Amino acid sequence: MMALVMLGLVIGSAILASWISSADPLSISPRFRYRLPSSEFLFGSDQFGRDIFSRVLHGGQISLMVGFLSAVLAAFFGTLAGLLAGSFRLIDQILMRVMDGLMAIPNVLLAVAIVSLVGPSLVSIVVAICIPEIPRVARLIRAMVLTLREEPYVFAAVSMSIPRWKILLRHVLPGCVAPLVVQFSYMFASAILSEAVLGFLGVGFPSEIPSWGNVIAEGRTAFQRAPWCILFPGIFLSITVLTVNILGDRLRDLLDPRISASRAR
Amino acid sequence: MARLIFTRLLAAIPVMLVVATFVFLLLRLSPGDPAIVIAGEHASQQQIESVRMALGLDQSLVVQYVLWMSQMASGDFGNSVLSRQPVLSLIADRLEPTLVLATVTIILTVLLAVPMGAIAAWNRDGWRDRVVMTFAVIGFSVPSFVIGYTLVLLLAINAKLLPVQGYVSPFADPWGSLRHVILPAITLSIVFMALISRVTRASILEILGEDFIRTARAKGGHEKRILWKHALPNAAVSIVTVIGLGIATLISGVVVTESVFNIPGLGRLTIDAIQGRDYPVVQGLILVFSFVYVLINLTIDIIYLIVDPRIRY
Repeated sequence: MMALVMLGLVIGSAILASWISSADPLSISPRFRYRLPSSEFLFGSDQFGRDIFSRVLHGGQISLMVGFLSAVLAAFFGTLAGLLAGSFRLIDQILMRVMDGLMAIPNVLLAVAIVSLVGPSLVSIVVAICIPEIPRVARLIRAMVLTLREEPYVFAAVSMSIPRWKILLRHVLPGCVAPLVVQFSYMFASAILSEAVLGFLGVGFPSEIPSWGNVIAEGRTAFQRAPWCILFPGIFLSITVLTVNILGDRLRDLLDPRISASRAR
Repeated sequence: MARLIFTRLLAAIPVMLVVATFVFLLLRLSPGDPAIVIAGEHASQQQIESVRMALGLDQSLVVQYVLWMSQMASGDFGNSVLSRQPVLSLIADRLEPTLVLATVTIILTVLLAVPMGAIAAWNRDGWRDRVVMTFAVIGFSVPSFVIGYTLVLLLAINAKLLPVQGYVSPFADPWGSLRHVILPAITLSIVFMALISRVTRASILEILGEDFIRTARAKGGHEKRILWKHALPNAAVSIVTVIGLGIATLISGVVVTESVFNIPGLGRLTIDAIQGRDYPVVQGLILVFSFVYVLINLTIDIIYLIVDPRIRY
Protein backbone atom coordinates (compact mmCIF):
# COMPACT_ATOMS: atom_id res chain seq x y z
CA MET A 1 0.00 0.00 0.00
CA MET A 2 2.83 2.29 1.00
CA ALA A 3 4.54 1.44 -2.28
CA LEU A 4 1.43 2.26 -4.26
CA VAL A 5 1.13 5.67 -2.60
CA MET A 6 4.83 6.42 -3.23
CA LEU A 7 4.56 5.43 -6.87
CA GLY A 8 1.43 7.53 -7.20
CA LEU A 9 3.30 10.50 -5.75
CA VAL A 10 6.21 10.07 -8.17
CA ILE A 11 3.93 9.68 -11.19
CA GLY A 12 1.74 12.58 -10.03
CA SER A 13 4.72 14.85 -9.46
CA ALA A 14 6.01 14.02 -12.94
CA ILE A 15 2.67 14.72 -14.61
CA LEU A 16 2.13 17.94 -12.66
CA ALA A 17 5.80 19.01 -12.91
CA SER A 18 5.03 22.36 -14.53
CA TRP A 19 2.50 23.25 -11.85
CA ILE A 20 4.54 22.08 -8.86
CA SER A 21 7.77 23.77 -9.82
CA SER A 22 7.56 27.14 -11.50
CA ALA A 23 11.25 27.07 -12.39
CA ASP A 24 12.11 26.27 -16.00
CA PRO A 25 14.19 23.04 -16.01
CA LEU A 26 16.26 24.41 -18.89
CA SER A 27 16.84 28.03 -17.93
CA ILE A 28 20.51 28.72 -17.40
CA SER A 29 21.58 31.37 -14.91
CA PRO A 30 25.32 31.39 -14.15
CA ARG A 31 24.66 33.65 -11.17
CA PHE A 32 23.02 30.75 -9.30
CA ARG A 33 25.61 28.03 -9.96
CA TYR A 34 26.01 25.26 -7.38
CA ARG A 35 23.46 26.59 -4.93
CA LEU A 36 22.94 24.40 -1.88
CA PRO A 37 19.45 23.01 -1.39
CA SER A 38 17.38 25.84 0.09
CA SER A 39 13.85 27.21 -0.02
CA GLU A 40 14.65 28.87 -3.34
CA PHE A 41 16.31 25.81 -4.88
CA LEU A 42 14.67 22.89 -3.10
CA PHE A 43 17.21 20.36 -4.42
CA GLY A 44 19.99 22.89 -5.12
CA SER A 45 21.21 23.96 -8.53
CA ASP A 46 23.73 22.54 -11.00
CA GLN A 47 26.79 23.90 -12.76
CA PHE A 48 24.61 25.98 -15.10
CA GLY A 49 22.42 27.31 -12.31
CA ARG A 50 19.50 25.15 -13.35
CA ASP A 51 16.98 24.15 -10.70
CA ILE A 52 17.55 20.46 -9.85
CA PHE A 53 14.07 20.09 -8.32
CA SER A 54 12.42 21.17 -11.52
CA ARG A 55 14.79 19.03 -13.61
CA VAL A 56 14.05 15.96 -11.49
CA LEU A 57 10.28 16.44 -11.77
CA HIS A 58 10.40 17.07 -15.52
CA GLY A 59 12.93 14.26 -15.89
CA GLY A 60 10.36 11.94 -14.34
CA GLN A 61 8.07 12.50 -17.32
CA ILE A 62 10.71 11.26 -19.77
CA SER A 63 12.05 8.44 -17.60
CA LEU A 64 8.62 7.04 -16.71
CA MET A 65 7.45 7.29 -20.30
CA VAL A 66 10.54 5.51 -21.63
CA GLY A 67 10.18 2.81 -18.99
CA PHE A 68 6.50 2.30 -19.70
CA LEU A 69 6.80 2.26 -23.49
CA SER A 70 9.78 -0.12 -23.42
CA ALA A 71 7.94 -2.52 -21.13
CA VAL A 72 4.80 -2.40 -23.30
CA LEU A 73 6.77 -3.09 -26.48
CA ALA A 74 8.82 -5.87 -24.90
CA ALA A 75 5.66 -7.46 -23.49
CA PHE A 76 3.93 -7.30 -26.87
CA PHE A 77 6.75 -8.74 -28.98
CA GLY A 78 7.80 -11.19 -26.31
CA THR A 79 4.25 -12.51 -26.00
CA LEU A 80 3.96 -12.82 -29.76
CA ALA A 81 7.25 -14.72 -29.98
CA GLY A 82 6.35 -16.90 -26.99
CA LEU A 83 2.92 -17.81 -28.38
CA LEU A 84 4.39 -18.71 -31.75
CA ALA A 85 7.27 -20.69 -30.26
CA GLY A 86 4.95 -22.51 -27.89
CA SER A 87 2.59 -23.64 -30.63
CA PHE A 88 4.72 -24.36 -33.71
CA ARG A 89 7.66 -26.68 -33.38
CA LEU A 90 9.65 -25.39 -36.35
CA ILE A 91 9.27 -21.74 -35.33
CA ASP A 92 10.18 -22.77 -31.79
CA GLN A 93 13.53 -24.18 -32.90
CA ILE A 94 14.54 -21.06 -34.82
CA LEU A 95 13.03 -18.42 -32.55
CA MET A 96 14.41 -19.85 -29.33
CA ARG A 97 17.94 -20.08 -30.75
CA VAL A 98 17.68 -16.40 -31.70
CA MET A 99 16.42 -15.60 -28.18
CA ASP A 100 19.30 -17.59 -26.62
CA GLY A 101 21.72 -15.55 -28.71
CA LEU A 102 20.09 -12.26 -27.71
CA MET A 103 20.23 -13.26 -24.06
CA ALA A 104 23.95 -13.96 -24.33
CA ILE A 105 24.62 -10.29 -25.14
CA PRO A 106 24.81 -8.22 -21.94
CA ASN A 107 21.79 -5.90 -22.11
CA VAL A 108 23.54 -2.62 -21.31
CA LEU A 109 26.10 -3.34 -24.03
CA LEU A 110 23.39 -4.13 -26.56
CA ALA A 111 21.36 -1.04 -25.70
CA VAL A 112 24.41 1.23 -25.77
CA ALA A 113 25.47 -0.16 -29.16
CA ILE A 114 21.99 0.32 -30.67
CA VAL A 115 21.58 3.90 -29.43
CA SER A 116 25.06 4.92 -30.51
CA LEU A 117 24.46 3.54 -34.01
CA VAL A 118 21.00 4.94 -34.57
CA GLY A 119 21.47 8.15 -32.60
CA PRO A 120 19.62 9.11 -29.42
CA SER A 121 15.89 9.76 -29.81
CA LEU A 122 12.79 8.62 -27.95
CA VAL A 123 12.23 5.81 -30.47
CA SER A 124 15.80 4.53 -30.54
CA ILE A 125 16.15 4.56 -26.76
CA VAL A 126 12.85 2.75 -26.24
CA VAL A 127 13.78 0.15 -28.88
CA ALA A 128 17.28 -0.27 -27.45
CA ILE A 129 15.90 -0.88 -23.96
CA CYS A 130 13.10 -3.18 -25.10
CA ILE A 131 15.10 -5.56 -27.35
CA PRO A 132 17.14 -7.18 -24.53
CA GLU A 133 13.91 -7.72 -22.54
CA ILE A 134 12.05 -9.55 -25.32
CA PRO A 135 13.74 -12.97 -24.81
CA ARG A 136 12.76 -13.04 -21.15
CA VAL A 137 9.08 -12.51 -21.97
CA ALA A 138 9.24 -14.95 -24.87
CA ARG A 139 10.66 -17.69 -22.65
CA LEU A 140 8.06 -17.07 -19.96
CA ILE A 141 5.11 -17.13 -22.37
CA ARG A 142 6.47 -20.15 -24.24
CA ALA A 143 6.75 -22.09 -20.98
CA MET A 144 3.20 -21.08 -20.07
CA VAL A 145 1.87 -22.15 -23.48
CA LEU A 146 3.63 -25.52 -23.22
CA THR A 147 1.97 -26.10 -19.83
CA LEU A 148 -1.45 -24.75 -20.76
CA ARG A 149 -1.78 -26.77 -23.94
CA GLU A 150 -1.86 -29.93 -21.84
CA GLU A 151 -4.93 -28.65 -19.99
CA PRO A 152 -8.19 -30.57 -20.50
CA TYR A 153 -10.08 -27.45 -21.60
CA VAL A 154 -7.59 -26.94 -24.41
CA PHE A 155 -8.05 -30.58 -25.46
CA ALA A 156 -11.79 -29.96 -25.40
CA ALA A 157 -11.37 -26.94 -27.64
CA VAL A 158 -9.17 -28.93 -30.02
CA SER A 159 -11.70 -31.74 -30.15
CA MET A 160 -14.36 -29.24 -31.14
CA SER A 161 -12.08 -28.36 -34.06
CA ILE A 162 -11.78 -24.73 -33.10
CA PRO A 163 -9.04 -23.17 -35.25
CA ARG A 164 -5.59 -23.06 -33.70
CA TRP A 165 -5.24 -19.28 -33.61
CA LYS A 166 -8.58 -18.98 -31.88
CA ILE A 167 -7.56 -21.49 -29.21
CA LEU A 168 -4.34 -19.58 -28.71
CA LEU A 169 -6.04 -16.22 -28.33
CA ARG A 170 -9.17 -17.28 -26.44
CA HIS A 171 -7.98 -20.13 -24.26
CA VAL A 172 -4.21 -20.04 -23.93
CA LEU A 173 -3.44 -16.31 -23.88
CA PRO A 174 -5.73 -15.48 -20.92
CA GLY A 175 -3.82 -18.05 -18.86
CA CYS A 176 -0.59 -16.17 -19.57
CA VAL A 177 -1.90 -12.82 -18.36
CA ALA A 178 -1.08 -13.22 -14.66
CA PRO A 179 2.64 -14.02 -15.06
CA LEU A 180 2.84 -11.42 -17.82
CA VAL A 181 1.53 -8.68 -15.55
CA VAL A 182 4.13 -9.60 -12.93
CA GLN A 183 6.88 -9.67 -15.56
CA PHE A 184 5.64 -6.33 -16.90
CA SER A 185 6.16 -4.62 -13.57
CA TYR A 186 9.71 -5.97 -13.31
CA MET A 187 10.40 -4.85 -16.87
CA PHE A 188 9.02 -1.41 -16.16
CA ALA A 189 11.42 -1.11 -13.22
CA SER A 190 14.39 -2.40 -15.15
CA ALA A 191 13.61 -0.20 -18.17
CA ILE A 192 13.65 2.92 -15.97
CA LEU A 193 17.03 1.76 -14.66
CA SER A 194 18.30 1.10 -18.19
CA GLU A 195 17.34 4.59 -19.32
CA ALA A 196 19.25 5.98 -16.38
CA VAL A 197 22.27 3.83 -17.21
CA LEU A 198 22.22 4.95 -20.85
CA GLY A 199 22.02 8.58 -19.73
CA PHE A 200 24.77 8.01 -17.20
CA LEU A 201 27.06 6.50 -19.84
CA GLY A 202 26.46 9.49 -22.08
CA VAL A 203 24.41 7.79 -24.79
CA GLY A 204 20.96 8.82 -23.57
CA PHE A 205 18.86 11.84 -24.41
CA PRO A 206 20.59 15.10 -25.31
CA SER A 207 20.84 17.45 -22.34
CA GLU A 208 18.00 19.74 -23.49
CA ILE A 209 15.66 16.87 -22.64
CA PRO A 210 16.04 16.23 -18.92
CA SER A 211 15.63 12.63 -17.85
CA TRP A 212 16.80 11.12 -14.57
CA GLY A 213 19.65 9.47 -16.46
CA ASN A 214 21.16 12.57 -17.97
CA VAL A 215 20.49 14.80 -14.97
CA ILE A 216 22.66 12.33 -13.03
CA ALA A 217 25.17 12.14 -15.88
CA GLU A 218 25.60 15.93 -15.86
CA GLY A 219 25.98 15.93 -12.10
CA ARG A 220 28.96 13.56 -12.39
CA THR A 221 31.48 16.23 -13.34
CA ALA A 222 30.61 18.31 -10.30
CA PHE A 223 30.12 15.36 -8.00
CA GLN A 224 32.72 16.27 -5.38
CA ARG A 225 31.63 19.88 -5.27
CA ALA A 226 27.89 19.48 -5.51
CA PRO A 227 26.82 15.95 -4.57
CA TRP A 228 23.16 17.00 -4.52
CA CYS A 229 23.20 17.10 -8.34
CA ILE A 230 23.41 13.28 -8.26
CA LEU A 231 21.84 12.59 -4.90
CA PHE A 232 18.30 13.89 -5.53
CA PRO A 233 17.70 12.44 -9.00
CA GLY A 234 19.32 9.25 -7.67
CA ILE A 235 16.88 9.10 -4.76
CA PHE A 236 13.89 9.69 -7.03
CA LEU A 237 15.10 7.05 -9.44
CA SER A 238 15.76 4.53 -6.67
CA ILE A 239 12.41 5.09 -4.95
CA THR A 240 10.53 4.68 -8.21
CA VAL A 241 12.29 1.47 -9.17
CA LEU A 242 11.99 0.18 -5.61
CA THR A 243 8.23 0.78 -5.42
CA VAL A 244 7.63 -0.79 -8.83
CA ASN A 245 9.68 -3.85 -7.79
CA ILE A 246 7.79 -4.15 -4.50
CA LEU A 247 4.48 -3.91 -6.35
CA GLY A 248 5.74 -6.61 -8.72
CA ASP A 249 6.50 -8.89 -5.76
CA ARG A 250 3.05 -8.24 -4.29
CA LEU A 251 1.39 -8.95 -7.62
CA ARG A 252 3.35 -12.17 -7.94
CA ASP A 253 2.24 -13.30 -4.49
CA LEU A 254 -1.36 -12.47 -5.39
CA LEU A 255 -1.44 -13.88 -8.90
CA ASP A 256 0.90 -16.86 -8.83
CA PRO A 257 -1.07 -19.71 -7.28
CA ARG A 258 2.03 -21.90 -6.99
CA ILE A 259 3.73 -19.45 -4.66
CA SER A 260 0.65 -18.70 -2.59
CA ALA A 261 0.12 -22.47 -2.27
CA SER A 262 3.65 -22.92 -0.92
CA ARG A 263 3.02 -19.98 1.42
CA ALA A 264 -0.06 -21.66 2.81
CA ARG A 265 1.77 -24.91 3.38
CA MET B 1 28.74 -39.05 -20.60
CA ALA B 2 31.14 -38.01 -23.37
CA ARG B 3 28.19 -37.86 -25.74
CA LEU B 4 26.20 -35.64 -23.39
CA ILE B 5 29.10 -33.24 -23.03
CA PHE B 6 29.52 -33.21 -26.79
CA THR B 7 25.82 -32.37 -27.34
CA ARG B 8 26.13 -29.55 -24.83
CA LEU B 9 29.16 -28.18 -26.68
CA LEU B 10 27.28 -28.37 -29.98
CA ALA B 11 24.33 -26.46 -28.51
CA ALA B 12 26.60 -23.50 -27.73
CA ILE B 13 27.54 -23.06 -31.39
CA PRO B 14 24.18 -21.75 -32.67
CA VAL B 15 24.08 -19.25 -29.79
CA MET B 16 27.44 -17.80 -30.82
CA LEU B 17 26.35 -17.82 -34.47
CA VAL B 18 23.25 -15.80 -33.57
CA VAL B 19 25.36 -13.33 -31.57
CA ALA B 20 27.83 -12.92 -34.46
CA THR B 21 24.99 -12.50 -36.97
CA PHE B 22 23.28 -9.96 -34.75
CA VAL B 23 26.46 -7.94 -34.32
CA PHE B 24 26.97 -8.08 -38.10
CA LEU B 25 23.43 -6.87 -38.79
CA LEU B 26 23.56 -4.16 -36.14
CA LEU B 27 25.94 -2.01 -38.16
CA ARG B 28 24.59 -2.94 -41.60
CA LEU B 29 20.91 -2.47 -40.87
CA SER B 30 21.24 0.78 -38.95
CA PRO B 31 19.90 3.74 -40.88
CA GLY B 32 22.47 5.67 -42.84
CA ASP B 33 25.71 4.65 -44.46
CA PRO B 34 27.77 2.54 -42.02
CA ALA B 35 30.98 3.93 -43.55
CA ILE B 36 29.87 7.47 -42.63
CA VAL B 37 28.75 6.28 -39.20
CA ILE B 38 32.21 4.87 -38.57
CA ALA B 39 34.25 7.63 -40.19
CA GLY B 40 32.20 10.31 -38.44
CA GLU B 41 29.93 13.02 -39.82
CA HIS B 42 32.79 15.43 -40.45
CA ALA B 43 34.98 12.99 -42.38
CA SER B 44 36.07 13.80 -45.90
CA GLN B 45 34.83 11.76 -48.85
CA GLN B 46 38.25 10.16 -49.11
CA GLN B 47 38.23 9.07 -45.45
CA ILE B 48 34.77 7.60 -45.86
CA GLU B 49 35.87 5.66 -48.93
CA SER B 50 38.92 4.29 -47.15
CA VAL B 51 36.75 3.09 -44.26
CA ARG B 52 34.39 1.50 -46.76
CA MET B 53 37.26 -0.33 -48.42
CA ALA B 54 38.91 -1.34 -45.14
CA LEU B 55 35.74 -2.91 -43.77
CA GLY B 56 34.65 -4.41 -47.09
CA LEU B 57 31.44 -2.39 -47.00
CA ASP B 58 31.54 -1.93 -50.78
CA GLN B 59 30.66 -5.57 -51.37
CA SER B 60 27.24 -7.20 -51.35
CA LEU B 61 25.66 -8.08 -48.01
CA VAL B 62 26.05 -11.82 -48.59
CA VAL B 63 29.75 -11.52 -49.43
CA GLN B 64 30.21 -9.27 -46.39
CA TYR B 65 28.45 -11.81 -44.19
CA VAL B 66 30.55 -14.76 -45.38
CA LEU B 67 33.69 -12.68 -45.00
CA TRP B 68 32.66 -11.54 -41.50
CA MET B 69 31.83 -15.04 -40.33
CA SER B 70 35.09 -16.50 -41.62
CA GLN B 71 37.05 -13.69 -39.97
CA MET B 72 35.26 -14.22 -36.67
CA ALA B 73 35.80 -17.98 -36.87
CA SER B 74 39.53 -17.46 -37.32
CA GLY B 75 39.60 -15.03 -34.39
CA ASP B 76 40.34 -12.00 -36.57
CA PHE B 77 38.28 -9.15 -35.12
CA GLY B 78 39.82 -6.50 -37.36
CA ASN B 79 41.63 -3.32 -36.36
CA SER B 80 40.53 -0.36 -34.30
CA VAL B 81 39.53 2.63 -36.42
CA LEU B 82 41.12 5.03 -33.95
CA SER B 83 44.36 3.40 -32.86
CA ARG B 84 44.79 1.03 -35.84
CA GLN B 85 45.76 -1.72 -33.39
CA PRO B 86 44.20 -5.19 -33.66
CA VAL B 87 40.96 -5.27 -31.64
CA LEU B 88 41.93 -8.43 -29.80
CA SER B 89 45.20 -6.99 -28.53
CA LEU B 90 43.36 -3.86 -27.35
CA ILE B 91 40.97 -6.10 -25.46
CA ALA B 92 43.82 -8.18 -24.03
CA ASP B 93 45.53 -5.00 -22.75
CA ARG B 94 42.45 -4.00 -20.77
CA LEU B 95 41.54 -7.46 -19.50
CA GLU B 96 43.38 -7.44 -16.18
CA PRO B 97 41.47 -4.70 -14.27
CA THR B 98 38.12 -6.17 -15.31
CA LEU B 99 39.17 -9.70 -14.32
CA VAL B 100 40.42 -8.49 -10.93
CA LEU B 101 37.20 -6.52 -10.32
CA ALA B 102 34.96 -9.40 -11.43
CA THR B 103 36.84 -11.99 -9.36
CA VAL B 104 36.74 -9.94 -6.16
CA THR B 105 33.05 -9.21 -6.79
CA ILE B 106 32.14 -12.86 -7.29
CA ILE B 107 34.11 -13.95 -4.19
CA LEU B 108 32.48 -11.21 -2.10
CA THR B 109 29.03 -12.08 -3.41
CA VAL B 110 29.27 -15.82 -2.82
CA LEU B 111 30.79 -15.39 0.65
CA LEU B 112 28.01 -13.04 1.75
CA ALA B 113 24.92 -13.76 -0.33
CA VAL B 114 24.77 -17.55 0.04
CA PRO B 115 24.83 -17.50 3.87
CA MET B 116 22.38 -14.57 3.80
CA GLY B 117 19.93 -16.51 1.66
CA ALA B 118 20.37 -19.65 3.75
CA ILE B 119 19.74 -17.82 7.01
CA ALA B 120 16.69 -16.09 5.51
CA ALA B 121 15.23 -19.43 4.43
CA TRP B 122 15.96 -21.02 7.79
CA ASN B 123 14.40 -18.07 9.62
CA ARG B 124 11.47 -17.87 7.22
CA ASP B 125 9.11 -14.93 7.91
CA GLY B 126 11.27 -14.02 10.91
CA TRP B 127 13.15 -10.75 11.26
CA ARG B 128 16.34 -12.07 9.64
CA ASP B 129 14.32 -13.13 6.62
CA ARG B 130 12.74 -9.68 6.41
CA VAL B 131 16.12 -7.95 6.63
CA VAL B 132 17.63 -10.09 3.87
CA MET B 133 14.61 -9.77 1.59
CA THR B 134 14.44 -6.02 2.12
CA PHE B 135 18.11 -5.80 1.23
CA ALA B 136 17.43 -7.91 -1.88
CA VAL B 137 14.64 -5.64 -3.12
CA ILE B 138 16.68 -2.51 -2.46
CA GLY B 139 19.74 -4.04 -4.10
CA PHE B 140 17.73 -4.66 -7.24
CA SER B 141 16.33 -1.16 -7.32
CA VAL B 142 19.12 1.26 -6.50
CA PRO B 143 21.23 1.81 -9.60
CA SER B 144 24.88 0.85 -9.18
CA PHE B 145 26.14 4.34 -9.95
CA VAL B 146 24.06 5.78 -7.11
CA ILE B 147 25.51 3.14 -4.76
CA GLY B 148 28.99 3.83 -6.11
CA TYR B 149 28.84 7.59 -5.67
CA THR B 150 27.30 7.28 -2.22
CA LEU B 151 30.10 4.95 -1.12
CA VAL B 152 32.72 7.29 -2.59
CA LEU B 153 31.17 10.25 -0.83
CA LEU B 154 30.94 8.52 2.54
CA LEU B 155 34.04 6.32 2.66
CA ALA B 156 36.49 7.97 0.30
CA ILE B 157 35.79 11.71 0.36
CA ASN B 158 34.40 12.27 3.86
CA ALA B 159 36.02 9.50 5.88
CA LYS B 160 39.12 9.33 3.63
CA LEU B 161 39.39 5.59 4.30
CA LEU B 162 39.79 4.46 0.71
CA PRO B 163 40.92 5.96 -2.59
CA VAL B 164 38.24 7.77 -4.63
CA GLN B 165 38.99 6.11 -7.95
CA GLY B 166 41.61 4.49 -10.14
CA TYR B 167 43.21 1.10 -10.45
CA VAL B 168 46.44 -0.49 -9.20
CA SER B 169 47.60 -3.86 -10.48
CA PRO B 170 47.75 -6.59 -7.81
CA PHE B 171 51.06 -7.72 -9.32
CA ALA B 172 52.64 -4.32 -8.68
CA ASP B 173 51.12 -3.52 -5.27
CA PRO B 174 48.76 -6.14 -3.77
CA TRP B 175 47.69 -3.99 -0.80
CA GLY B 176 47.11 -0.87 -2.87
CA SER B 177 45.26 -2.93 -5.42
CA LEU B 178 42.90 -4.30 -2.79
CA ARG B 179 42.28 -0.80 -1.41
CA HIS B 180 41.40 0.43 -4.89
CA VAL B 181 39.22 -2.50 -5.84
CA ILE B 182 37.16 -2.79 -2.67
CA LEU B 183 34.67 0.07 -3.30
CA PRO B 184 34.02 -0.84 -6.95
CA ALA B 185 33.62 -4.48 -5.95
CA ILE B 186 31.07 -3.64 -3.25
CA THR B 187 29.22 -1.40 -5.71
CA LEU B 188 29.13 -4.13 -8.34
CA SER B 189 28.27 -6.90 -5.90
CA ILE B 190 25.15 -5.33 -4.37
CA VAL B 191 22.83 -6.17 -7.27
CA PHE B 192 24.52 -9.55 -7.68
CA MET B 193 24.09 -10.28 -3.96
CA ALA B 194 20.42 -9.33 -4.19
CA LEU B 195 19.99 -11.88 -6.97
CA ILE B 196 21.97 -14.69 -5.34
CA SER B 197 20.51 -14.30 -1.85
CA ARG B 198 16.99 -14.43 -3.29
CA VAL B 199 17.67 -17.56 -5.27
CA THR B 200 19.50 -19.22 -2.38
CA ARG B 201 16.54 -18.54 -0.11
CA ALA B 202 14.01 -19.84 -2.63
CA SER B 203 15.88 -23.03 -3.46
CA ILE B 204 16.67 -23.85 0.17
CA LEU B 205 13.01 -23.32 1.07
CA GLU B 206 12.10 -25.78 -1.64
CA ILE B 207 14.64 -28.35 -0.42
CA LEU B 208 13.58 -27.95 3.21
CA GLY B 209 10.20 -29.35 2.18
CA GLU B 210 11.72 -32.55 0.78
CA ASP B 211 11.39 -36.00 2.35
CA PHE B 212 15.08 -36.48 3.12
CA ILE B 213 15.06 -33.33 5.26
CA ARG B 214 12.15 -34.75 7.23
CA THR B 215 14.11 -37.98 7.60
CA ALA B 216 17.11 -36.05 8.87
CA ARG B 217 14.89 -34.25 11.37
CA ALA B 218 13.26 -37.52 12.40
CA LYS B 219 16.70 -38.94 13.09
CA GLY B 220 17.13 -36.07 15.50
CA GLY B 221 19.63 -34.19 13.34
CA HIS B 222 20.65 -30.78 14.58
CA GLU B 223 18.80 -27.96 12.73
CA LYS B 224 22.02 -26.14 11.84
CA ARG B 225 23.59 -29.30 10.52
CA ILE B 226 20.50 -30.01 8.42
CA LEU B 227 20.69 -26.53 6.92
CA TRP B 228 24.40 -26.49 6.08
CA LYS B 229 25.03 -30.20 5.41
CA HIS B 230 21.80 -31.36 3.81
CA ALA B 231 19.89 -28.41 2.40
CA LEU B 232 22.66 -26.14 1.12
CA PRO B 233 24.61 -28.72 -0.93
CA ASN B 234 21.39 -29.79 -2.62
CA ALA B 235 20.45 -26.20 -3.36
CA ALA B 236 23.91 -25.58 -4.81
CA VAL B 237 22.90 -26.58 -8.33
CA SER B 238 20.36 -23.80 -8.72
CA ILE B 239 22.55 -21.29 -6.91
CA VAL B 240 25.54 -21.93 -9.17
CA THR B 241 23.27 -21.83 -12.24
CA VAL B 242 22.06 -18.38 -11.26
CA ILE B 243 25.62 -17.22 -10.60
CA GLY B 244 26.39 -18.29 -14.17
CA LEU B 245 23.35 -16.55 -15.62
CA GLY B 246 24.09 -13.52 -13.47
CA ILE B 247 27.40 -13.06 -15.29
CA ALA B 248 25.42 -11.07 -17.90
CA THR B 249 24.23 -8.66 -15.18
CA LEU B 250 27.77 -8.53 -13.87
CA ILE B 251 29.16 -7.57 -17.29
CA SER B 252 26.59 -4.80 -17.69
CA GLY B 253 27.48 -3.63 -14.20
CA VAL B 254 31.20 -3.66 -15.02
CA VAL B 255 30.62 -1.07 -17.76
CA VAL B 256 28.93 1.30 -15.30
CA THR B 257 31.18 0.64 -12.32
CA GLU B 258 34.41 1.09 -14.26
CA SER B 259 33.01 4.35 -15.48
CA VAL B 260 32.20 5.55 -11.93
CA PHE B 261 35.59 4.55 -10.52
CA ASN B 262 37.64 5.36 -13.60
CA ILE B 263 39.08 1.86 -13.91
CA PRO B 264 40.87 1.25 -17.23
CA GLY B 265 39.23 -2.10 -17.94
CA LEU B 266 36.99 -3.53 -20.64
CA GLY B 267 34.01 -1.49 -19.48
CA ARG B 268 35.89 1.77 -19.97
CA LEU B 269 37.17 0.47 -23.31
CA THR B 270 33.54 -0.09 -24.34
CA ILE B 271 32.49 3.45 -23.45
CA ASP B 272 35.60 4.97 -25.02
CA ALA B 273 35.01 2.95 -28.19
CA ILE B 274 31.34 3.98 -28.33
CA GLN B 275 32.14 7.64 -27.82
CA GLY B 276 34.95 7.45 -30.39
CA ARG B 277 32.63 5.61 -32.81
CA ASP B 278 35.21 2.83 -32.99
CA TYR B 279 32.82 0.12 -34.17
CA PRO B 280 35.27 -2.70 -34.82
CA VAL B 281 36.21 -2.45 -31.12
CA VAL B 282 32.55 -2.27 -30.04
CA GLN B 283 31.73 -5.34 -32.13
CA GLY B 284 34.75 -7.20 -30.77
CA LEU B 285 33.77 -6.38 -27.20
CA ILE B 286 30.17 -7.54 -27.63
CA LEU B 287 31.44 -10.80 -29.14
CA VAL B 288 34.05 -11.37 -26.45
CA PHE B 289 31.63 -10.58 -23.58
CA SER B 290 28.95 -12.86 -25.05
CA PHE B 291 31.51 -15.58 -25.67
CA VAL B 292 32.68 -15.41 -22.05
CA TYR B 293 29.06 -15.60 -20.88
CA VAL B 294 28.30 -18.64 -23.05
CA LEU B 295 31.58 -20.30 -22.07
CA ILE B 296 31.02 -19.86 -18.33
CA ASN B 297 27.50 -21.25 -18.52
CA LEU B 298 28.68 -24.12 -20.71
CA THR B 299 31.38 -24.97 -18.17
CA ILE B 300 28.86 -24.91 -15.33
CA ASP B 301 26.52 -27.23 -17.27
CA ILE B 302 29.32 -29.67 -18.03
CA ILE B 303 30.52 -29.70 -14.42
CA TYR B 304 26.96 -30.59 -13.38
CA LEU B 305 26.87 -33.45 -15.83
CA ILE B 306 30.01 -34.83 -14.25
CA VAL B 307 29.22 -34.08 -10.61
CA ASP B 308 25.48 -34.72 -10.40
CA PRO B 309 24.35 -37.99 -11.99
CA ARG B 310 20.67 -36.96 -11.78
CA ILE B 311 21.06 -34.22 -14.37
CA ARG B 312 20.47 -35.14 -18.00
CA TYR B 313 19.94 -32.50 -20.64
